[in-house]
Amino acid sequence: MRLARLLDRTLVRNLLLTAAIAVVLLFVSLAITPFNNLRLASIAYYFTALAGLTVLTGLNGQISLGHGALMAVGAYTVAILVGRDGWALVPALVAATVVTAAIGSVLGVVAARLRGPYLAGATLAFAVGLPGLADRYPHAFGGENGLIIPPPQPPAGLGSAFPLERWEAWIACATALIAFLALSNLQRSRVGRAMRAVRDDEVAAQLAGLDVARTQVTAFIVSAACAGLGGGALAVVTQLAAPGAFTLVLSLSLLTGIVLGGLGSLPGALWGAIALVMLPSWSDDIANSFSLSTDVQSNLPLALYGVVLMGVIVAAPEGIQGAVRRLGRRLRPRSSMSHEEAA
Amino acid sequence: MLEVEGLTTHYGPVRAIDDVSLAVPAGGIVAVLGANGAGKTSLLRTISGLVRATGGRIVFDGETITQQPAEDLVRRGLAYVPEGGGVIGELTVAENLRLGALWRRDREERSRTLDEVVAIFPRLAERSSMHASTLSGGERQMLSIGRALMGRPRLLLLDEPSLGLAPIVVEQIMRVIGELRRERGLTVLLVEQNARSALSVADQGVVLNVGHVVAQGDANELAGDEQLRRAYLGMA
Amino acid sequence: MSRFVDLTLNGISNGMIYAAVALSLVLIWRATRIINFAQGGMLMITTFIASSVIESSGSYWLGFAVALVTGLALGAVVERVLVRHVEGGPPLNAVIATLGLLVLLQAVAGMIWGGTPRSFPPAFSIRGYEVSGRHVLFGPFDTFTVLAVLGAAGLLALLFRATGVGLQMRAAAFDPLAARLQGVRVARMYTVGWALAALSGSLAGLLVAPSVFVGPNTFDAILVFAFTAAVLGGLDSPVGAVVGGLVLGLSLSYVSGYAGSSLVTLAALGILIAVLMVRPEGLFSSARRRRI
Repeated sequence: MRLARLLDRTLVRNLLLTAAIAVVLLFVSLAITPFNNLRLASIAYYFTALAGLTVLTGLNGQISLGHGALMAVGAYTVAILVGRDGWALVPALVAATVVTAAIGSVLGVVAARLRGPYLAGATLAFAVGLPGLADRYPHAFGGENGLIIPPPQPPAGLGSAFPLERWEAWIACATALIAFLALSNLQRSRVGRAMRAVRDDEVAAQLAGLDVARTQVTAFIVSAACAGLGGGALAVVTQLAAPGAFTLVLSLSLLTGIVLGGLGSLPGALWGAIALVMLPSWSDDIANSFSLSTDVQSNLPLALYGVVLMGVIVAAPEGIQGAVRRLGRRLRPRSSMSHEEAA
Repeated sequence: MLEVEGLTTHYGPVRAIDDVSLAVPAGGIVAVLGANGAGKTSLLRTISGLVRATGGRIVFDGETITQQPAEDLVRRGLAYVPEGGGVIGELTVAENLRLGALWRRDREERSRTLDEVVAIFPRLAERSSMHASTLSGGERQMLSIGRALMGRPRLLLLDEPSLGLAPIVVEQIMRVIGELRRERGLTVLLVEQNARSALSVADQGVVLNVGHVVAQGDANELAGDEQLRRAYLGMA
Repeated sequence: MSRFVDLTLNGISNGMIYAAVALSLVLIWRATRIINFAQGGMLMITTFIASSVIESSGSYWLGFAVALVTGLALGAVVERVLVRHVEGGPPLNAVIATLGLLVLLQAVAGMIWGGTPRSFPPAFSIRGYEVSGRHVLFGPFDTFTVLAVLGAAGLLALLFRATGVGLQMRAAAFDPLAARLQGVRVARMYTVGWALAALSGSLAGLLVAPSVFVGPNTFDAILVFAFTAAVLGGLDSPVGAVVGGLVLGLSLSYVSGYAGSSLVTLAALGILIAVLMVRPEGLFSSARRRRI
């Protein structure tokens, strides 16, 4: 009885927090330009995917280089259902989530038996190989050009002057909020604690009675579902699902996002999403002010991602959020020994 | 040959050795004794350059070597035979021996040294092309001492050479150590739990307990000291 | 029947290229227990450099030599500057660090040489030999490929077995602590190991270049193939890398011929998963079966 009440409290707290964030996003979206709404939408769908990935890697300790491909699964599902079969938006997004979660479960079963570089290599193969399906079955997947999705029309009740971009931002933000709510609850739940335990010491977790494989697979399914949902939102916002948008570079960008934000941290996933969206435009500005060539300009964000990945992992393995946490710890004096000293 | 002054080493917050001082004269044999965890291995690891000291000084043949890494000290004539031998199982006996001298340039000298080592441990020639992991405990210890000798060291650090070996093998090894000192003037710092066999070959002894030196002096005197033996050395 | 022969010959030639890159992965794994995810990017850079040198100087062999030398240098620099900081730490860090390098190298290649694919002139004819009136899918350049990789593998084997440096490198890989006690400068051996591995990778890049248009993304798949080949043969085993490369090359050639070329990478994924599930230590590993 007491336990139920405790769980209730976490859920309620998260619901309130999510609702508060939703209200803030609503006002922000109403205040900014259509172009910035598009950016907001991009940040939202990246956040959805990044949140799932950061939980997988930070909370559960599994690395995946295949989440870009999983986003593709979500995107193509929406593209086929909405663009070709005329489904409504919400059912299509749900379907995208479910389909990607299903594929994630298969991947997860394999991934549960792999560790470290082996897991990275296998998910890398998945990421590089999956786009090949688009070429092999051009009728189903539209080949190199991909599939087009008709723009989602804002409901009549919002007025005829309501910009498409704002509506897309609302859709994307809705998916992000759902992901945030689900993952916040997961982090504090028994399942989340089990995932952490497995990450920290598999043998100990097993001895404590945890089903390690099931925990790993669950984490993979959850993160895949988020990637699928994010990919579906991406398809809706960009109105396109094409192989060129889901290369290995996307998976590596997602990795950069979670490393930058701090593994395992949902606020960090937000930092990462902001970086992934804003970095290209900031680097464009830099390129323009130094009148760099187009080749340099178009590759500058990628170069920055590479430097970030290497730099962060060498200098600050916990990322931005970790650095913020460390700063917070230093400002608040503690009497107990630090983690390393206790070891 | 070797002077250690106030040496202190930490593993994290734990002080493994604390303000240890000892001296080993050239051509002398000094035994470091004490129970498990007394800090004997930490002492050798620090002197040999595997671990950095956090305080104190190490002087080898007049030169201060305190922070120098192990691979440099080998070239200065300091050889360390760690607990278990430090033999590389995936390599053959011949390769292990060769490795011991590879940092020397002169090929002829290396070949001469190999002949000498094989003369001391003929078993190694018999097992020359076998993988070191197939050797028995005693043979492995011989190999590890042999490859240390391949570098023509002036100071030999031995960490529990008798561990896990039959008494007759232990006797053989101690005899070899004595011979090396007599015939080549090799200086030896020997760490042992088996106090009796160590003190039988050593000139002096140093007893450690929880990282501190608790007794030091002539080997025979230490061996005869009942109280000391029972307190720190077990019923050796 | 002739199609089967063609596919087999093609598979052997491709397999040798995978073997060369797999060999570089194995060398690095043996020395520093790291999978170099940037290997594809490194060999891409050296191949691009060769392409530029050939274009400006007109000499294939000069470009060839430059690629190999820059490969050596690049390997050494990467180890000293980047890898040194993640050696011996949690494996996740090394994975992320090498991936970061991969991304940077792809970006740099795009910046310097642009995104448009380039052609790469082969030193020998890529036209197949004529056998009983028709051209098989195996020509002088393929012969060169096979001989070059076998030669490189042989030289590496000789280096490791018969020289002092090779012995020190093996010692540093098996037991760095014991090696240090025998005067081996372990850190330096790691650098040499990475340099040699990059050399092998550069060779592979030069051999694959004529058959693909050289663009920044063509080398992603190579890493997947090399990793699969290395795992198949056993990450500890250089012999395994060569055999694994051959087996993979043949398998993928058949897949490409009978099922479609766009499924080749997924087929490699399938083989990789199968090996990791059934016999994770690979065909030739001497390591005891360990839970990966």
